[in-house]
Amino acid sequence: MRAGIILVFLIAGIFCLLPTFVSSSLPGLSTVLPGKIHLGLDLQGGMHLVLEVETNKAIENTADSLAEEIKDALRTKKIGFTEVARTGGWNIEAVLPSNAQVNDFNEALKTGFPMLETTSEQTGAQGTKILLAMSPQELHNLRTRSVQQAIETIRNRIDQFGVREPDIRLAGTDRIMIELPGVKDSQQAISLIGKTAVLEFKLVAQNVTQSQIEDHRLPPGVKLFPMRSSDATSPPSMVALEDKTVLTGDHITDARVEIGGGNSYGQASISLNFDRQGAKMFERITGDNVGRKLAIVLDGVVYSDPVIKDRIPDGRAVIEGAYSDEDAKVLAIALRTGRLPAPVKILEQSTVGPSLGHDSIKDGVMASAIAGLGIVLFMIVYYRMSGVVADLALVMNLILILALMAAVGATLTLPGIAGIALTIGIAVDANVLIYERIREELRFGKTPRAAIDTGYERATITIMDANVTSAIAALVLYEFGTGPVKGFAVTLFFGLAANMFTAIFVTRVIFDYLLTERRVKELSI
Amino acid sequence: MQLIKPDINVNFVGWRNKAFLLSGTIILVGLITLFARGGLRMGVDFAGGMLVQVKFDKPTDSAHIRQALHGIVANAFVQQIGSEKDHEYLIRTDTVHEELKSLSVEIANALTKAYGPGQQVLRVEMVGPKVGHDLRQKALQAIFYAFLFIALYISWRFEPKVSSGLTMLAIVGIGIYALNGLDLNAEYMIGGALIVTLALCWFLRLPYALGALLSLVHDILITVGIFALFNKEFTLEVFAALLTLSGYSLNDTIIVYDRIRENRNKDKKQSFGEMINAAINQTLSRTVLTSATVFFVILMLFLLGGTVIHDFCFAMLIGVITGSYSSVFVASPILIAYEDLRKKKSPGAKRAEIASGGARNAGAGREVKIIKEREGKQVQPAVAPEAQIPAEPANGAADRAETIDAPAVNGAAEERKPEAKPPARKPKKQKKQSPRLAGARKSGA
Repeated sequence: MRAGIILVFLIAGIFCLLPTFVSSSLPGLSTVLPGKIHLGLDLQGGMHLVLEVETNKAIENTADSLAEEIKDALRTKKIGFTEVARTGGWNIEAVLPSNAQVNDFNEALKTGFPMLETTSEQTGAQGTKILLAMSPQELHNLRTRSVQQAIETIRNRIDQFGVREPDIRLAGTDRIMIELPGVKDSQQAISLIGKTAVLEFKLVAQNVTQSQIEDHRLPPGVKLFPMRSSDATSPPSMVALEDKTVLTGDHITDARVEIGGGNSYGQASISLNFDRQGAKMFERITGDNVGRKLAIVLDGVVYSDPVIKDRIPDGRAVIEGAYSDEDAKVLAIALRTGRLPAPVKILEQSTVGPSLGHDSIKDGVMASAIAGLGIVLFMIVYYRMSGVVADLALVMNLILILALMAAVGATLTLPGIAGIALTIGIAVDANVLIYERIREELRFGKTPRAAIDTGYERATITIMDANVTSAIAALVLYEFGTGPVKGFAVTLFFGLAANMFTAIFVTRVIFDYLLTERRVKELSI
Repeated sequence: MQLIKPDINVNFVGWRNKAFLLSGTIILVGLITLFARGGLRMGVDFAGGMLVQVKFDKPTDSAHIRQALHGIVANAFVQQIGSEKDHEYLIRTDTVHEELKSLSVEIANALTKAYGPGQQVLRVEMVGPKVGHDLRQKALQAIFYAFLFIALYISWRFEPKVSSGLTMLAIVGIGIYALNGLDLNAEYMIGGALIVTLALCWFLRLPYALGALLSLVHDILITVGIFALFNKEFTLEVFAALLTLSGYSLNDTIIVYDRIRENRNKDKKQSFGEMINAAINQTLSRTVLTSATVFFVILMLFLLGGTVIHDFCFAMLIGVITGSYSSVFVASPILIAYEDLRKKKSPGAKRAEIASGGARNAGAGREVKIIKEREGKQVQPAVAPEAQIPAEPANGAADRAETIDAPAVNGAAEERKPEAKPPARKPKKQKKQSPRLAGARKSGA
């Protein structure tokens, strides 16, 4: 009966381990079999990133666009206003010529912008100033939404970039944890993930002289933007653009890398397709401004400013610039998957090269194997036959640890390997406790049967107490730890759990078998 | 095969003052170094900064690497790791770019410029200062919670009074909740909470939890002190080792405590100190063997396991040694020291404490013997290894004391439950006379 339980556990254990070790050779079985043990980033190489979404920026952007929308609404409703703009943080200040328009203004606000609340209203010489604020609930929603959107966008980008089994998830309120196993070019991955990818089309300002640019004496509505240059050492040249954005990247349906197209021979360029509305806007812009220069601005940097030769009706545009093929690929993905709702900051990055991971596995497994072998030999030398019994339990313990890990799809990290080795040490501790107790009882003149009974009974309490304290530490560590450390906590915890079973139960069954079935009279201990 | 003779009888308990002195000295030296250095040398994960591990294809040295990086990173700390022939170096800097342009690429480019292609960036770790700060706070909290839960478990398993343990949890829990609201520095908060927990162990009369906690603090302080002494980097892995240790180093303590728990109901003639010393000796082979196996495993990992887990193993090695040492020389003697202190504070109250488990069954003999031990020690401090700890006072005195004390204690032993429940108040009254009586007898004899 008890032997049956052990057999069931063993078979279940081996069953769980099948996918890990036999891997893809049994395609039919993969649907039935449980998950397999994943290798941590520190073992297979890869990149771990923690990003912070600057949600404040997202709110500022929203406030900016709300101000624009309010202006549009006031214009269509023919309500006069002096200025509507975002002010300090993310409040919106509307200035009306006098308080005669206040009622109309409030009416328009109530119907079109229920998320805004009036916080103050004062009439002075310059007219009536009305301060508007978003409700705390609205702010909170904006923050969560921008983080969610960022996660979605980043996930899309990584999917298109082609990473096997990426792990992207929310960590805390505004942080995103990203694990990319096997990524070789970490810099490229970072620039793809973190590219805000805000694409804007702006007209190049006319009648602005070079000296005006140098002296920063610009007419109203004109701003300077840096021009992208391939040479990072010299300061970028500046271009004066009209501040008003005529078209944004929100209307892009597709972005593709083209090599050798257009004027730039052998250089990659990116062709854009607009949706129907975008195409119409593009057609109008190009039609109205033939002969002028249209700048393509990405994340605040001018990529190119071609002259509009003719009206473009087909909703296609090309971004040219000095790209490498890889840069172009990254940029195309970023444009295709849309912009991030807010810029992101890297809080934490760790990259492990595949060769270090490989060495780590080799060293870790080698050290563990030597340690394990030493322990196994020691037990046999010190406790003879009983040592062999303990070693059998040890082997089963190892199988169970790995099986448990496979069953829950846990990740094996380098500290995790150390944890398994440590478990080997702790596992025989349990048997040492039992055996020393049995020896003690034998010295008191007890029969083997009685000595084993007392030995197990007493030692079990000690082992349980000792293992529980270790398990508490492992659980706290799991709660607290990140990445590799978590992997360590997992193996340690599973090791302790399996240990309670193998070192106490399994060895007991073997002893009982030896005593009852084999009628062993003398304990070899 | 047997390494430790079963009849071994070393007077560990007699060495306890010397051991306390030794531990105190090591901890003090560690703490002084720690303060002199202005804290531990935190790894990038805790301090923020960047770490790049590079493998060169030809021999070089730190000075050359620093020169190559001049102008890119200020104050680069360069260190060779692994064996000489690997040409592997760790480059550590406090500069952090949170922007997307990665510093590691600049470093790699600068190295390529200086050395030509051929070196490999094996590992990059970058942690922003905010994350490092958060992690430090979280780490302190984690270690405190581990301590608290372990103390609770120990008091549940070893003390007769679960209610005291729960009271402790409640008080500490409320305290932490309140302190959290104040948004104090985690260092102070956790330090305060730990002291409160220890004080609670004392006032709620949980000597086993107190002993276990103190020996844990002892092990952690020594390990941290040695890290400060060697100026080793304190990383997340080292912290994980500390937390693991706080679970593991207790194993040996529990082995001894378990035997004390078992013995306190057994031999009625032994004094408390004798009983504890016997427990340590009886379990000595276990303590040594279990620690030796684990020590061996970690030593193998330390020597062969590669550079990444080197510091982790180093911390574990120290911890396993101090863990065994503290279970013999700190955790167990603390029970005796606790007993002594309690008696000084409120004469005669000892039965409610450690001996309580024993007193419930043992009765008169134990009671008087404890007094005898105390009296005896003043006369003749036990130092010699093989000496019996308590000096036997005059036989007559002992006999008489026993007879005088017997009725009260026997009564208590018969009514176990009322005796165990009202904590210490009632027994105090009963026993108030006993030391006086014993003292009187002694002077009389």
